[in-house]
Amino acid sequence: MTATDEREVGAARRRKEDARLITGRTRWTDNLTVPGLLHMAILRSPFASARIVSVDTSAALSRPNVVAAFSGADVADVQGSLPCAWPVTEDIVHPDRPPLAVDVIRHHGEAVAVVVARDRASAMDALEAIEVDYEPLTPVLDLEEALAEGSTLVHPDKGTNLSYTWVFDSAAAGTGADVGAVDAEVVLERRYVQQRLIPAFMEPRSVIVDPGAGDYTIWSSTQIPHILRVFYALLTGTPEHKIRVIAPDVGGGFGGKLHVTPEELITFMAARRIGRPVKYTETRSETMLAGHHGRDMIQDVRLTARRDGTVTGISVKLIANMGAYLGLVGPGTPILGAFMYNGIYKFAAYRFECTGVFTNTTLTDPYRGAGRPEATYLIERVMDELAVELGLDPIEVRRRNWIKKEEFPFTTVAGLVYDSGDYDAATDKALALLGYDELRKEQELRRASGDPVQLGIGTSTYTEMCGLAPSRILGALRYAAGGWETASVRVLPTGKVEVVTGVSPHGQGHETAWSQIVADELGVAFDDVEVLHGDTRTSHKGLDTYGSRSLAVGGIALVEACRKVRDKARTVAAHMLECSPDDLEFTGGAFRVRGTPDAAKTVADAAFAVFAAHDLPDGIEPTLDADATFDPETFSFPHGTHLCAVEVDTQTGHVAIRKYVAVDDVGKVINPTIVEGQVHGGVAQGIAQALHEEAVYDESGTLVTGSFVEYTPPAAADLPDIVTDRTETPATTHPLGVKGVGEAGTIASTPAVVNAIVDALRPYGVRDVPMPCTPERVWRAIRAVGTETEGGRS
Amino acid sequence: MIPVAFDYLRPASVDEAVAALADGGEDAKVLAGGQSLIPVLRLRLSAPSLLVDLGGVAQLRGVREEGDALSIGAMTTHDEVASSPLVRRHAPLLAAMAATIGDRQVRHRGTLGGSLSHADPAADMPAAAAALEARYVLAGPSGRRVVSAADFAVDLFTTALADDEVLVEIQVPKMDGWGSHYEKFHRMVQAWAIVGVAAMVRRTDGVIESARVTLTNMGPTALRATAVEQALAGCAADRAAIEEACSVAAEGTSPIDDLTASAEYRRHLARVLAGRAVAAAAGV
Amino acid sequence: MSSTAKITVTVDGDQYIDTVEARTLLVHYLRETIGKVGTVIGCDTSNCGSCTVLMSTADEPARSVKSCSVLAVQADGATVTTVEGLAAPDGSLHPVQRAFHEMHGLQCGYCTPGMIMSAIDLLRENPDPTDEEIRDGLSGNLCRCTGYQNIVRAVRAAAGEEVAP
Repeated sequence: MTATDEREVGAARRRKEDARLITGRTRWTDNLTVPGLLHMAILRSPFASARIVSVDTSAALSRPNVVAAFSGADVADVQGSLPCAWPVTEDIVHPDRPPLAVDVIRHHGEAVAVVVARDRASAMDALEAIEVDYEPLTPVLDLEEALAEGSTLVHPDKGTNLSYTWVFDSAAAGTGADVGAVDAEVVLERRYVQQRLIPAFMEPRSVIVDPGAGDYTIWSSTQIPHILRVFYALLTGTPEHKIRVIAPDVGGGFGGKLHVTPEELITFMAARRIGRPVKYTETRSETMLAGHHGRDMIQDVRLTARRDGTVTGISVKLIANMGAYLGLVGPGTPILGAFMYNGIYKFAAYRFECTGVFTNTTLTDPYRGAGRPEATYLIERVMDELAVELGLDPIEVRRRNWIKKEEFPFTTVAGLVYDSGDYDAATDKALALLGYDELRKEQELRRASGDPVQLGIGTSTYTEMCGLAPSRILGALRYAAGGWETASVRVLPTGKVEVVTGVSPHGQGHETAWSQIVADELGVAFDDVEVLHGDTRTSHKGLDTYGSRSLAVGGIALVEACRKVRDKARTVAAHMLECSPDDLEFTGGAFRVRGTPDAAKTVADAAFAVFAAHDLPDGIEPTLDADATFDPETFSFPHGTHLCAVEVDTQTGHVAIRKYVAVDDVGKVINPTIVEGQVHGGVAQGIAQALHEEAVYDESGTLVTGSFVEYTPPAAADLPDIVTDRTETPATTHPLGVKGVGEAGTIASTPAVVNAIVDALRPYGVRDVPMPCTPERVWRAIRAVGTETEGGRS
Repeated sequence: MIPVAFDYLRPASVDEAVAALADGGEDAKVLAGGQSLIPVLRLRLSAPSLLVDLGGVAQLRGVREEGDALSIGAMTTHDEVASSPLVRRHAPLLAAMAATIGDRQVRHRGTLGGSLSHADPAADMPAAAAALEARYVLAGPSGRRVVSAADFAVDLFTTALADDEVLVEIQVPKMDGWGSHYEKFHRMVQAWAIVGVAAMVRRTDGVIESARVTLTNMGPTALRATAVEQALAGCAADRAAIEEACSVAAEGTSPIDDLTASAEYRRHLARVLAGRAVAAAAGV
Repeated sequence: MSSTAKITVTVDGDQYIDTVEARTLLVHYLRETIGKVGTVIGCDTSNCGSCTVLMSTADEPARSVKSCSVLAVQADGATVTTVEGLAAPDGSLHPVQRAFHEMHGLQCGYCTPGMIMSAIDLLRENPDPTDEEIRDGLSGNLCRCTGYQNIVRAVRAAAGEEVAP
């Protein structure tokens, strides 16, 4: 930072966004209407795999208030194929993905036909009049069976269910040794399963397409209005400049709205065919069925170590369920984790292999953390296993392997350069907050007395890569777009400031945090800053919000734009004060002549002078605004230590979280309240993976967790109080020092909880409980070991 | 989702309601609190031609004392049952169990009669009624009849109510002097019970004189754990003896295997929870 | 007997008289007939509580209900308060609204209207709840952003104030 006074950055500002959200004056897409609006409903397949023999929409057309009805066959020649922007290998198998199924159904809930009517109820009523003749087929559901010789195929024309195999090998990459050539005094082999999850944002997705007179306006509940606009242009043949996409208030995303959806394309086709605006708002049941899912991987790990606890190598094989098609970034999601399986540790050798597989299920795509929670889960679970194997405390075995503060910047075995961190500081703080030693003593007492309620302590010392992403790295990973971000800052004549950002918030509080940054950079009041976003007419470029990138990339662009504005204001101020720009210092919100602080001009003074333009220095244009685009050199690496203490009722298998401590280091903090809130929510979602949530298909491929009755996001009473604290080790690779926080809690918490459960049950011989650790699974884990023979350890 | 269209009637008396049901035939349905029915209608899992809303029948609401029993109107909400001083005093088990249903909003609308008539095997109220040996007053075209809790519950979602009958009142004997407790085991706070065990115990000094134990979600209807009740009669009121008596809690049950839990686990839970419920009811 | 009915409902202090289909859910009536879009829909199984409003009739006080599980015809004669009816006419916030803002009890804000209405109902019955009572009392409302921690803080903060709707 230069001489700017930091009045706002670091302050626990209350959010600007709240005013409309707490009073109900919110612009959710489903709240919006436009003249002549029609409503669409979608008929979805009850089968996971079927041939469509025929679809007859004629009876639906004759129902009251119905304007149009059509099926996939009716639009087969114009609907195109939904995009996958991340074909991770050159030879990836990438099947077509029609928005409306034409002749084959490949997952339960796939869209088959639509009705457009004057009102929502009429559209739903008329769906029942559509006649579809299906010829059901046997679905492929199991990942390993899908890979087996002779398996039924999801896409018979492709001849395989294998989409791609992607490999990283530290020996080949020159970043480390061969995993087969390192010391292996101890070898641990484990399998973990990342169950399928559903993002379950609270606002169901909604889209309105107004076809205008060939100039389309589209409102969508999306995380990615800019990316969506590009794809609308590419997929529909509409010139990009004739498409305006608006993401109004968006009710959560967590990766679940990082998609170009079939519904967005179908609504577009309906509006174009009819020539009138059409709205589609999904029901929650449809969200569950057809919104993309997350996780769903089988992870096999082989870890080698010396008996002193030094890990020498790790080899990971993933089978990742793509679902029936490739999602927008689905193949890349596990690859986002590929660089994180070594965690915060100094391993000599690393090998990673991921196989993407098709099954007759809803496709998978990012869900909060996207690849990194899976990686962190595996390494943090297996580090606990190593601790047990060697009779070491789980903290101690980690300490022996992690990168020390003085070793930064550190190039990892996966080839990333971690710029900064202090794992000892975060861990020490977390241990003190938890009361680790006291709880270990209590654990001993409970074990000794055979207490039916056992205590367990789980550790997760995580890092993650945030700030997605350096464009050159994305290019090397075959991602179709870049990872830069942009900001525009314009100072209005009265000194108020408008900021246009290319990120697209949906709950993160960017309007507040961005205002804080601008306030300090330009010496203006927090309330004098307006942040504009999410409308491609005002924010014409940007790469939107996901991957904890908004502040770590977009925030830097914002700072750079502010500094350009400030530099220009300095020139103007110097002219007004009849001095050299070099004689001015920017302090207390104004440019002051060094040694004569009363001679001062603010950015607002300069803005009015520029507006009047009566007397500007030579070569100065009469505007006070600037754009900046930032493409990061590298990722940022927040880290932290999460500790969880659980009480497990061994009679029922019930798990109660007794205490949860999260100490996170997200670098420099703009707004501690927002950071804490992000950690709370992230931890809750990670706990939910550990304990509560799982998307389940039955043997016929029917999603049986199709509502919040069966798919169970936790309520307030299902979650613990979360103790949060921070350490602060600024990022060194950019001027803001921030690292990103959106996904940290989710990444860290899942292994902390499961490690705690397994720790509680060690005396019973339990070494794993599959997620989610439901009471029955915990109870079964205890019983299974009780009846198992010795020597099961592999 | 939006329900399929239906006709709607809001009678002001029980007689009008019964007449409307008789006219409406088998596609007519009674709407009580609607907390189970309306979600089902929304999902279009059911499409009645006529809804007869009992919300306008004032006399179906409230708790009265009638000699040795409480008379609870079928349209009394779970919230009203849970907070009624009469219920809390004379049938605390019923109040405690009503307070565990769903969530606050559901308890504000959902009714005792609606829950009993819906006869969901995972619902809590049937086990409460069974433990309390409640009597149900049904009104039909030919007048009123009274049936026991045991006779009312026929099967999964099936009761002794005829298509043109309405449950109007639940008579609950006062159980002064009995200790009671409900152990409800669920995965999520808002969820249905995986298994629930209701226990009522009358003890003299250190001995259990008499006990009633009923089970939620251990069969198509709420079940009476008669083997446990017999084992508890005359049993010492200490934890070991109670647990021993409750080891037969799964006898005669037929729990389902579903997404939430296996039958085997449910049987195990019934035994553990019965021990806990009885111990708590006995003040152990 | 009819598939439509004429209803009279008072919402946020204003009386509305409309003819509605019997199948119209109260939440759809609020949103689509009278434009009270502050109350939102998050599920179709009565789990999420996003649509929570306060409803009272002549003979009973205002209580929280899920407006997706009440028919508009059942609200005939009732008084309904939504999140849009909480602030004073001069725009000053209800104490629970203010507490949600002060305590950062919301992120995306989608669950917030329902959460605020449930919190008001909880405090009506229990003006000084413990954290555990707050968590239990809000179990009919799902939030995906906050982990509920700051929602609990907000309700606790509001508990010290006058919270009558």
